[in-house]
Amino acid sequence: MPGSLPGVLFDGVAYGSLLFLMSVGLSVTMGMMNFINLAHGAFAMAGGYVCALGMERLGIPFLATLPLSFLCGAALGAVLERTLYRPLYRRGPLDQVLFSLGLTLMAVAATTWFFGPGQRPVRLPSFLLGQLHLPGLDLGVYRLFLIAVVAAITVALVALLRGTRFGARIRASVDDARTSAGLGIDVHRVFALTFILGSGLAALGGALSIDVLGLDPTFPLKYLVYFLLVVVVGGAGTIAGPLAASMVLGVFDVAGKYYVPEAGAFVIYGLMVALLLLFPGGLRRLAR
Amino acid sequence: MRAQVSEPPPAATARTSGSPIAFANRLSDLRWRPAELAFWAAAAAVFFVLPGQLVLASQIAITGLFALSLDLILGYAGVVSLGHAAMFGGGAYTAGLLANHGWDEPISGLIAAAAAGALIAFGTSFLALRGGDLTRLMVTLGLGLMMYELANQAAPVTGGVDGLSDMTVGKLFGVFTFDLGGRTAYAYSLVVTFGVFCLCRRVVRSPFGLSLRGIRDQPVRMSAIGTPVRRRLTAVYTLAGAIAGMAGALLAQTTQFVGLEVLGFSRSADLLIMLVLGGTGFLYGGLAGAAVFMVAQHLLSGMNPVYWQFWLGLLLVLAVFFAPGGITGAIAARWQKGGRR
Repeated sequence: MPGSLPGVLFDGVAYGSLLFLMSVGLSVTMGMMNFINLAHGAFAMAGGYVCALGMERLGIPFLATLPLSFLCGAALGAVLERTLYRPLYRRGPLDQVLFSLGLTLMAVAATTWFFGPGQRPVRLPSFLLGQLHLPGLDLGVYRLFLIAVVAAITVALVALLRGTRFGARIRASVDDARTSAGLGIDVHRVFALTFILGSGLAALGGALSIDVLGLDPTFPLKYLVYFLLVVVVGGAGTIAGPLAASMVLGVFDVAGKYYVPEAGAFVIYGLMVALLLLFPGGLRRLAR
Repeated sequence: MRAQVSEPPPAATARTSGSPIAFANRLSDLRWRPAELAFWAAAAAVFFVLPGQLVLASQIAITGLFALSLDLILGYAGVVSLGHAAMFGGGAYTAGLLANHGWDEPISGLIAAAAAGALIAFGTSFLALRGGDLTRLMVTLGLGLMMYELANQAAPVTGGVDGLSDMTVGKLFGVFTFDLGGRTAYAYSLVVTFGVFCLCRRVVRSPFGLSLRGIRDQPVRMSAIGTPVRRRLTAVYTLAGAIAGMAGALLAQTTQFVGLEVLGFSRSADLLIMLVLGGTGFLYGGLAGAAVFMVAQHLLSGMNPVYWQFWLGLLLVLAVFFAPGGITGAIAARWQKGGRR
């Protein structure tokens, strides 16, 4: 048996942190505008390629590519939000699904065309490699690093939402966009900024995930289900919901792969169906 | 969402409102219009005019039937689905396994596949019909992926990744062999598709079909006037499942092969794309969309599959922006604007 229970939990939490980082933006934008954005994974992939190519072709050190990925993802989000997403806010969910699916297909095809269909490995700096030996438990240093980064970002996000005027505007817009607009909040601007932030975080997640999830042009389709799972199970529009959902999904996915590999992806889908049956409104309802 | 409930889209208002007499006429108006007759005559003519393309043509007929099934639940009942391949694949594997185990008579295989599709749809309807659009998309997506995993894991039965390749299908009516040129395949697929189409045409113009449209536009109001919304949706979902199962069986029998990709996500997604490009809530939309999609795929993916995906994505984005009603919707709008009778 490759992993003891604490080891599985640790890997699951690290995996869940990645899921959370990549889907938190999707959750907030979905909660605010009811926009079903299947192309969210494309932003994560963009971040991954910025990181991989930046290191490979330009020789930028790994840690420096992370903020670069964030900025590129955010810039991409800003451009696309303004040009393509904005006209579709008032359309039905089917139009939004089709549009973002089309965008995803284009992203996959364009990435294959420019960078080839193969996997993009990334060479981590030596201080992030190796294992930390605790009594009875081996922890991967890179996974510890992941958890630390995501924890720091989560704290910052909560501080942003709870402690700043901008955060108050986001919360107001999620709760009731129309009333917020009536009170003089520029909901479109708030949404655009949230979208940009969410895209940036997804891109950062994409860069951080290369070593764990791998990176190839089909990334947006391969992990689409997981992003949507996090949002649907966690409930759109919050931070706590997706966080709880990511951790549950991460731990169960890793545990399923360790203990019952023959069940394959059943564990995660079965879990989804069970969670949706138990909490049709998402885990957020549980927290209230 | 909320805006839609308070003010239905103009097209829906124009279609469903009007005097009671016009409404009653719509209900009983089952006469075939000249354009419809021309459509089916053209489909039949393909058999004689394009004898070299009958394999592709039968694939189009099968996919059109599959799209018809999705149109029933999406276009008429307003149920979005990203996992419609579950029923298609269920039917394909049913027909394939029957043929594999010695039961090679095609018509009974087709009926068994329809039953399998209906059973899968009925069993999953309790999950798939819950919640709003987002939940439905997710749950149907999850169910579709689960079916895929199931077929993948049950390799001793389904052949796993290799598929069911050594299946042989008997002669149709004991007379017509499934030939390599696709003559029997096309005639068989087209006749089945036409038969099911007639059934659907009857169903959507029945009081049952009208109540589905009511549920699509105003679910709360429909339940307020006493329509058993949940039961109606389950019924149409099961019917759509049976049709999807038949489409799967047709594919299995005419190609004499069942692979895992009959359950794949891209089959569900492509189906949704071709139906929406063709136009929903219209029955012909799925058939037209399937024809355009498959011919374009045939021509473009010959160059490079990656190109095809890119152009498909671009087409989707453009269609959402410039032709929200699909190809047939855009033509119908042009036609109505130009020469209103």
